[in-house]
Amino acid sequence: MWHSGLLVVLVALPFAGAVLASLLSPNARNAEAWLAGTVTAVALLITATAYTSVTDGEVIRHSVQWVPTLGLTITLRMDGFAWLFAVLITGIGLLIVIYARYYMSPQDPIGRFYAYLLAFMGSMLGLVLSGNLILLAIFWELTSIFSFLLIGYWHHNQSARDGARMALTITGAGGLCLLVGMVMLGQMAGSYDLDKVLAAGDVIRSHHLYVPTLLLILAGALTKSAQFPFHFWLPNAMTAPTPVSAYLHSATMVKAGVFLLTRFWPVLSGTPEWFTLVGIAGLTTLLLGAYFAIFQHDMKGLLAYSTISHLGLITSLLSFGSPLSAVAAIFHMLNHATFKASLFMAVGIIDHETGTRDMRRLSGLFSALPYTATLAMVASASMAGVPLLNGFLSKEMFFAEAIEEHQYSLLDRAAPYVATIAGAFAVAYSIRFIHTVFFGPKAKDLPQEPHEPQRWMRRPVELLVILCVIVGIVPAMSIGPFLHTGVIAVLGERTPEYSLSIWHGFNIPMLMSVVAMIGGGLLYWRLRKYLQVCEEGPPYFRRLKGQRIFERILITVSWRWARTVESVLATRKLQPQMRLLVVSALLAGVWAMWGSGDVLPELSLHGLDPVLGVLWAIGAFCAVAAAYQAKFHRLAALILMSGTGIATCLSFVWLSAPDLAVTQLLVEIVTTVLILLGLRWLPKRSPEISKRIDGTTRLRRHRDFALAVAAGLGTAVLAYFMMLTSPPSSVGDFYLNNAYSQGGGTNVVNVILVDFRGFDTMGEIVVLAIVGLTVFSLLRRFRPAEDNKGLPYQQKEQEEFDSVRRDREQGETLQDYLLVPSVIMRWMFPVIILLAAYLFVRGHDMPGGGFAAGITMAIGFLLQYLAGGTRWVEDRLRILPVRWIGTGLLIAALTGAGSFVFGYPFLTSYFQYTEIPYIGKMPTASALLFDLGVFSLVVGATVLILIAIAHQTLRIRSRAVRASGDGGHG
Amino acid sequence: MELVIAAAIGILTASGVWLILRPRTYQLVIGLTILSYAVNLFIFSMGRLRVNASPVLNGHGPVDPTAYTDPVPQALVLTAIVIGFATTALFLVVLIVLRGLTGSDHVDGREG
Repeated sequence: MWHSGLLVVLVALPFAGAVLASLLSPNARNAEAWLAGTVTAVALLITATAYTSVTDGEVIRHSVQWVPTLGLTITLRMDGFAWLFAVLITGIGLLIVIYARYYMSPQDPIGRFYAYLLAFMGSMLGLVLSGNLILLAIFWELTSIFSFLLIGYWHHNQSARDGARMALTITGAGGLCLLVGMVMLGQMAGSYDLDKVLAAGDVIRSHHLYVPTLLLILAGALTKSAQFPFHFWLPNAMTAPTPVSAYLHSATMVKAGVFLLTRFWPVLSGTPEWFTLVGIAGLTTLLLGAYFAIFQHDMKGLLAYSTISHLGLITSLLSFGSPLSAVAAIFHMLNHATFKASLFMAVGIIDHETGTRDMRRLSGLFSALPYTATLAMVASASMAGVPLLNGFLSKEMFFAEAIEEHQYSLLDRAAPYVATIAGAFAVAYSIRFIHTVFFGPKAKDLPQEPHEPQRWMRRPVELLVILCVIVGIVPAMSIGPFLHTGVIAVLGERTPEYSLSIWHGFNIPMLMSVVAMIGGGLLYWRLRKYLQVCEEGPPYFRRLKGQRIFERILITVSWRWARTVESVLATRKLQPQMRLLVVSALLAGVWAMWGSGDVLPELSLHGLDPVLGVLWAIGAFCAVAAAYQAKFHRLAALILMSGTGIATCLSFVWLSAPDLAVTQLLVEIVTTVLILLGLRWLPKRSPEISKRIDGTTRLRRHRDFALAVAAGLGTAVLAYFMMLTSPPSSVGDFYLNNAYSQGGGTNVVNVILVDFRGFDTMGEIVVLAIVGLTVFSLLRRFRPAEDNKGLPYQQKEQEEFDSVRRDREQGETLQDYLLVPSVIMRWMFPVIILLAAYLFVRGHDMPGGGFAAGITMAIGFLLQYLAGGTRWVEDRLRILPVRWIGTGLLIAALTGAGSFVFGYPFLTSYFQYTEIPYIGKMPTASALLFDLGVFSLVVGATVLILIAIAHQTLRIRSRAVRASGDGGHG
Repeated sequence: MELVIAAAIGILTASGVWLILRPRTYQLVIGLTILSYAVNLFIFSMGRLRVNASPVLNGHGPVDPTAYTDPVPQALVLTAIVIGFATTALFLVVLIVLRGLTGSDHVDGREG
């Protein structure tokens, strides 16, 4: 019995191969080819061995839970139909891998090529093996993405980039529609499981959301299979390397659309909407594709349009809705893949050997490439539908189905005629493909002299052509059982009687075939001369290019409209944006409070301690004064701002928040030092400017003032309201109740931070680390403005003082700067370290903790910088802030991950009390270790930021000294 | 007591908003800092103002939540203070670099 877990292997293997391939050396062509070949061969083998488990409508399933609460499981499911596709994907994939080894030039980065190709193969396998609608949509998008990467493989080429982008835009947009369609389908069926959806056909067809769902799914399928009106991306995708075109754009990816239509055929088909929508798309594509193909000069362009036309044929068959036509559709998918892949590879050989694919230049190649020519002829005869080849069989079935009456309408009556005309066109372009290239006079001015290619470049073509012939001659014995396996998986009990024999007697389909053959031959004969000289593209339709329309839409939407919207709504100035923000916040606040019926509670000073009142009188004064002074007196503003900070800090003490007070006080110190360090780099500003203000400025100021007052008033009212209402029951009670019993600490705030909400803290310290590193890297390339380059004038003055006085050395005054405080600061260093340790250790039970301790420690370092200067400190102390940050992060993450070892989720904490001699009982929770990480990181980040700014002065000075040393004293 | 704190929040907000609407980067830094005081006080006051009821547990026995203040806003504000410091630092450095690059301390990098 075949183990269902192998399905996972089957899908995962190509992706693993892709990762490996991308890791190998880009020039290791043989190694890469062997790797890709082995992976593909193993996948093919796995698929082949699964055959006995999927015959007679049996299904292999394998489920892995993903998001069970949302009904999302990763279900892989292989039935006969999926099996057929899996064989197609891995089988043709293997041939392509071999072929590409010889096709790709040694200059191409081959590792990338095989990596993309394998990843694409994995996505495609995932798509056909998905047993869940959402999973299917995901793999669907993955195929679009890898197709994009493969089309754009030669990304130095503009047209390759354009083609790739177009393919991605169209198939990606279709994929999004499909996702929505899949969600709707899942909702209608009540499950996202494919089996359940397939069983819910009646419910779905009678559901009122059937039509929108159908439209969305069709948008996905028709874009992917390049059906009218979305067909134009496929010819542009021909800029991809030929193996890619052969694999993706003929055999597999474009088949995903018709695969999907067939997959959901039992659920969606049979309604008038299905018949009309799918029928129009299919028949139009069939006819137009064949017609356009005649007038292409590029051999790959011809094949691309031919592919579009053949996919149209399959789509038309699916639209008919009868079981027999579904059989024909599945059969044609297989046949088309065989002959079209071989034709693409043959074109690749011709391109490889002659250096061109232009049919106006190629001629008489038969003598140089007899072998390739014969193979191409057989394959294109199959494409034209010549008897004794596989293409003939499915085309006859198509003709037979086209005659049948399905849903009485004009479309239905037109079908046989459309089919015959398209058949004639197919004959015409197939003859042209062979006749112009291989016959006629020998071409003279080819870029290269053609020779038969290497044996292994031909082998894949040979194999496919032999398959065409075998299936064409003895269909029932060769493909019959496999086809039946696929058909029964789709149709189940509705599987009709069908005959795969090549001779059904003289009947109407036979007649249609004959008409198409003769008509096509005559058509080519008439157009022969014209085709040698005409422009590319079919007459009458030359100007109507889907590509151009697409680009125009793209430009309009993404450029013109975007620009218009930007010019109307956006501004590059910050102030209007800020104003907009403030106004919206105000309006939102007013809107929320308006009409709530609340009455402002009586203004009462109940319970006010006069000291708090005085404190805030000072605090508020400081805030207003800081706002007033910030423009011209920066230092004053900074001091005043700190005054407000102190008031805030004292309020925290007052209002039972010791932890906040400690942190606020420490952060206040660091922020002040930080801004002090920054002041030096700002331009001088003198109050004289303010005298020249004009009316608009004054108006703006009044408006801003009004805004500020309104914002302040609103916030104050809101705060007052809220503080006087009784609080709702808070999650805080839970923390209070459990902090000790579960977290092992009595300081609840700290327990919340390092234990209950440890993951948030983890995120927070990461932010801190990122800020530290960003500041550091921003300042590495810092160049000061012109007027900041020299020494500040205070220092200049002191230097001047030194140079005038005879008894003083140059720089002596500066050296003695802050002499007494600096001695104290140096002596304070160990004390501060001890304080940090104290704050850290008591954090779990008493106010303190990792944050506070970290900042204290940073201040310790900082004081040394202030006392001794940067040079002095760095001669004596090696502080490596980045290491502190890294260590902190590591400790925090490892502590969190440590709980995995004991089988608990990330950051589950453990605690116990340990008796430590002389200190007493100490809580040794794993949260303490986490807090240690926080501590280390906070030290590192804070010191890094401050040192980075402080070092700028040093750099400027050394540059100035160097400059004066060069030319100064002379 | 509530009135004083509410008024303080209001005045701090007004000063901060006024400053962040100004054109000089330094005004913006000071404004954001003052605004963050106001916001921190505001969030803190969500837990209602309590005197002498800190969230440090008294002994290890059963807990009466009404005897303590709400620890959640405090934990939030503690985080906000540290993050506020980080953003101030980042913004200060951005403005220093901007000043070095453009020569201007206008928020748009150029006068006018």
